Amino acid sequence: MIRYIFQRLLQAIVVLFGLSVLIFFIARVVPGDPARVALGSLATKEQVQKLREELYLDKPFPVQYYFWLRGVLKGDLGISLYTRRPVVRDLSDYLPATLELVFFSFLISLVVGQVTGVLAGYFRNSLFDGLSRLVSYIGIATPPFAVAILLMFIFSHILGLAPAIGRISLALSPPPRLTGFFIIDGLLAGKPRLALNSLKHIILPAASLAIANLAQESRVTRSSIVDNLQKDYVAAHTVYGIPKGSILFKYLLKPSLIPTVSIMGLDIAFIIANAFLVELVFMWPGFARYAVTVMLNKDLNAIVAVVLVVGVAFAAVNVIVDIVVSFLDPRIRLQGRGE
Amino acid sequence: MMKEELVLAALARRKTDLSKGWYKFSRNPLSVAGLIILVLIVLAAVLAPHITPYPEHAGPYTNFSESSQSPNRKYFFGTDTVGRDVFTRVIFGYRFSLSLAVVVMCLSVPPGIILGLVAGYYQRTKLEIVIMRITDIFLAVPPLILALAITAMLSPNIMNQMMAISLMWWPWYCRLVYSITASLRNEYFVLEAELTGVRKLYILLRAILPNCVGPVLTKITLDMGFVITLGASLSFIGLGVQPPKPGLGTMVADGAKRLPAEWWMTIFPALAIVVVILAFNLVGDGLRDMFAVEEI
Repeated sequence: MIRYIFQRLLQAIVVLFGLSVLIFFIARVVPGDPARVALGSLATKEQVQKLREELYLDKPFPVQYYFWLRGVLKGDLGISLYTRRPVVRDLSDYLPATLELVFFSFLISLVVGQVTGVLAGYFRNSLFDGLSRLVSYIGIATPPFAVAILLMFIFSHILGLAPAIGRISLALSPPPRLTGFFIIDGLLAGKPRLALNSLKHIILPAASLAIANLAQESRVTRSSIVDNLQKDYVAAHTVYGIPKGSILFKYLLKPSLIPTVSIMGLDIAFIIANAFLVELVFMWPGFARYAVTVMLNKDLNAIVAVVLVVGVAFAAVNVIVDIVVSFLDPRIRLQGRGE
Repeated sequence: MMKEELVLAALARRKTDLSKGWYKFSRNPLSVAGLIILVLIVLAAVLAPHITPYPEHAGPYTNFSESSQSPNRKYFFGTDTVGRDVFTRVIFGYRFSLSLAVVVMCLSVPPGIILGLVAGYYQRTKLEIVIMRITDIFLAVPPLILALAITAMLSPNIMNQMMAISLMWWPWYCRLVYSITASLRNEYFVLEAELTGVRKLYILLRAILPNCVGPVLTKITLDMGFVITLGASLSFIGLGVQPPKPGLGTMVADGAKRLPAEWWMTIFPALAIVVVILAFNLVGDGLRDMFAVEEI
């Protein structure tokens, strides 16, 4: 088991190293001088030259990469050429809001997706099955930003059930920062009203992020339940007279969840990617909105950092998912041993 | 048997395969509906300058006396803030979306297939390791984010958008073809061809590649929808089709500022995106059943 985890970690590190070379390379070969872009057209030649030397831009590519990587390993991602602050500080300011959002929407898509998927698979070809398939078709076909706008339009503008933008009402001041998650911080600070307020703010963006995923997940779970229902062991259990409910929960669920769990890494990746769009619609002050801002301003240091952070998050999620799957499916865990 | 007879027999078999496939496809009413919608959209997009009511509205046209009109008999999707017909712009938006998807597929599918074939055939060699590790690197970040980053670092326009998305898309095909090739690598028909001294290129192209056609075609159809979503998302953020050109994503983004009162500026372009992606998905599902593709 430990060997398996170690192997996966090593693989992830190799991939991340490759990703860093790729993105750093692209950032350096694009037309335009990063130093000139950062300082603007009014800067003198000497100023530009000085910044070029500070950023090692006058050195060959491998040297530049070496110095950059050395910084990254020490936790220094460079200065944002747009906000003029260390990129790491920018990221630590904006990341918690996005993590909170991603976590919530993952929770929603997990619970709703599993329940509808299991039900649709178990009662296949029923009205519920048909309805859930129709909904998942539409959910997959609708781009997340359109979902976000639609939900905002219906639930906020027309029905007035939830606030449209931001993380917390403007009249309230955010709770003292402990975790960066407003809901948890609000509760910890003993201000349930504050926590409730930010909970209300998070529902619409989290739901918009969840919908596309949910559709995918419920479809995967459905088809895997349908497959497993036709297996001999289910027939054998039925013949033995084991109650239907206990067949479903005790024997059917675990093997049926393997495909769903193994695409969970992809799910989270999609939620993170889609957060780039949804945060824009709901003016959610998170990492993704920061990322879009630096991208629109061609802030090379920050763009490289953003891609890298997403890569690390994605790699971590994938390693965790693989470990969970190997617990669910002993065949994967024991693969290396039999040979 | 004469050589010509063999060729004729093969052609006849192919024909019955096709009509059998079509029969299977046509059994699924949803897929047929998707196909009809798709054909209509493609026709409308190709013929846009001839069939749209106000082709000049697809550019930098202004007519403030008719701005922000709700849907009516003259403009049945309404007009935008500078008086341009939303319907015309949606049809022209389809032109950008579809050409983006087609270009991305043309640029990314062939290299993906070739690399996948090579990596799958030369298993347990350095070549396989190098190709598949590079593939992993490109798959290490969701395509939207890397495409965004690359488009942003180059300058945002539709050409760079096409290039960035293509750069992100070949690994999926490489993986798909790799897994098929790897599973066929030790089948008897491949081993036999090797033993009789058939050239490697011939084995790859004539023995293995035909087995990839079904899954690849299915994936292309489904991916057309994904690429259109991706393109619309980039445009929505402001890194795609630049105004005054009508990108569907750009129109949704601009219109969203005028919600809820002037809803038609957002809702119609958004619906247009949903319809085309839905159509591609329906057709893709039909193809999946037709080729009996298990998992993509």
